[in-house]
Amino acid sequence: MSAGNTVRRRDFLRAAAALGVGGAVWKAAAPAAGATVWQLDPQKCVQCGRCATECVLSPSAVKCVHSYQICGYCDLCGGYLQPSARDRDTGAENELCPVSAIKRTYIEDPFFQYTIDEALCVGCGKCVKGCALFGNGSLYLQVKQDLCVHCNECAIAKACPGDAYRRIPAEQAYLLKTRPEGGNGQE
Amino acid sequence: MKLLKILPLVFAAVVAVGGLAWAEFRFPMPEFESGYEYPEMHTPFPGRTNDLWDVVLLAAALGLAAWFVLKRRSRPAVLGLTICSLAYFGFWREGCVCPVGSIQNVTEGILGLEVVPVAVLCFFLLPLIFALFFGRVFCAAVCPLGALQEVVAVRPVVLPRAVDRVLGLVPYLYLGLTILAVATGSGYLICQYDPFVGFFRLGASLNMFLAGGVLLVTGLFIGRPYCRFLCPYGVLLGWMSRFSKWHASITPRECIQCRLCEDACPYGAINVPTPDKAPLTAKEGARKLGVMLALAPLIVALGGLTGLLSHTMLARIHPTVQLAQRIAGEEAGLYEGMTIESEAFRAGAQTREELYAEAHAVRADFKWKSALFGAFLGLVVAVMLAGLSMAGRRDDYETDRQACVSCTRCFPYCPVEKDDVAVAEQKT
Repeated sequence: MSAGNTVRRRDFLRAAAALGVGGAVWKAAAPAAGATVWQLDPQKCVQCGRCATECVLSPSAVKCVHSYQICGYCDLCGGYLQPSARDRDTGAENELCPVSAIKRTYIEDPFFQYTIDEALCVGCGKCVKGCALFGNGSLYLQVKQDLCVHCNECAIAKACPGDAYRRIPAEQAYLLKTRPEGGNGQE
Repeated sequence: MKLLKILPLVFAAVVAVGGLAWAEFRFPMPEFESGYEYPEMHTPFPGRTNDLWDVVLLAAALGLAAWFVLKRRSRPAVLGLTICSLAYFGFWREGCVCPVGSIQNVTEGILGLEVVPVAVLCFFLLPLIFALFFGRVFCAAVCPLGALQEVVAVRPVVLPRAVDRVLGLVPYLYLGLTILAVATGSGYLICQYDPFVGFFRLGASLNMFLAGGVLLVTGLFIGRPYCRFLCPYGVLLGWMSRFSKWHASITPRECIQCRLCEDACPYGAINVPTPDKAPLTAKEGARKLGVMLALAPLIVALGGLTGLLSHTMLARIHPTVQLAQRIAGEEAGLYEGMTIESEAFRAGAQTREELYAEAHAVRADFKWKSALFGAFLGLVVAVMLAGLSMAGRRDDYETDRQACVSCTRCFPYCPVEKDDVAVAEQKT
């Protein structure tokens, strides 16, 4: 056998190995075209506060969002006011939010709208806990996808005690609460 | 109207008496009379995820790296590309997803645990395919982790061969542990212990910064400590590079045995010529090989057994097992107070028995997977020993194809190269 033949056979083997192993991995891994993003399931969230501290970003990419459609627009808001608040007003001593990121606006008697100032929100979930314990659960946490840096393994997901984080398709990047079927949401 | 105003308070009182159970939609949605409209929710789209554009750039960078290393043989060009890669793949893309971490995604994909995006799979395969043809050009000038260490390696010293070899086994351990962790659903070890991604994002936990800082300071004197003694992807690249078609060679033409490159490689990847000894007789060689062949299954079996025996210890990397141990400890009065995890567990619907059962199932799952992990490590040791006992002949100074990261640091040391450059300059 000539040297030329040996080299050519080696090349062939190499190309075949590249094609075979690459193809096998490709086939076995069964890739999907779309990218995925991290998101937290508000139904599983236990409001532990780690979203604010575990994110690789500072402040966290997790912010509080507000589903207005299911909010009760209460005057006595469990997400806005300290449980021990003396007055139901915008006084700083009465607010639950440590960074004063929730704005309270009067709409009509007896309703108040609560708006999150995302620039201030740190994602601590204190208001989420208040709203879940004492309200409709219309305030909840979500990963803001424009801020998220899409870590391969989300540092918050790793630390989440409620196992609330999972990857979801990037086209449907949020897990939002909606008004339940049939009327105004009373169960 | 009056009724509406006190309704929430009544509800609240009921809830408070009812023990603050977690529930939703306690209060009716208001019926506005002032023509109020609900504001829009702010749910912006992802800024950028792993897209195919990055795959194109990766392929282009790999191609350029191969050309600079093998054709141009230019250290400045390779260094320039290294810095560009550090800037783009490191600081601009902020590190994720990188081929090193993609091992985990691909493992998940192969085991059917999670769907791998095409871009991530390309990130995994491209550097390996390039290594099969051109050597580890990915390490040379594309990998941001390698690039960071390449630029800080200013006073590298050569480690003793034995130390280099023994520490070189750690990446196999890391690779095995990583795959074990992914296969058992215990998380992404590579990502949790990535020392440099904190620098790229300019933000990380203190431990991450400390680990990264220690590695970088070490990297001033010991070249590329992460690449050589930790990187699990380097193991795969090494396997490919070993059989690569083309590979960076120290000298552009024939080696003149001047020994000038002997201390050139800070990464211990230059093989020196074998000392002149009487070659093994056929009988001696056959005996050595026979011993190795008899020993190899024994070492693999020993590794497997060790893995099997340590599966309860290995299972502690799984969060469910950690939680079960914590809860059991709290019940036994070993710990004071609760962690956030145990608090969340106690507030949840799962009973303690269910948790223990789940933890036992996880532990059982670890059993044979740990044995496989141990057997893999045994195989690695067996192959290394076989490699040491089968001494081939080498007449020239050559790059160790598996360990060489094609950084081209040794090129300027070669007088043949200098000669060529001088001749080329005279001509022009």
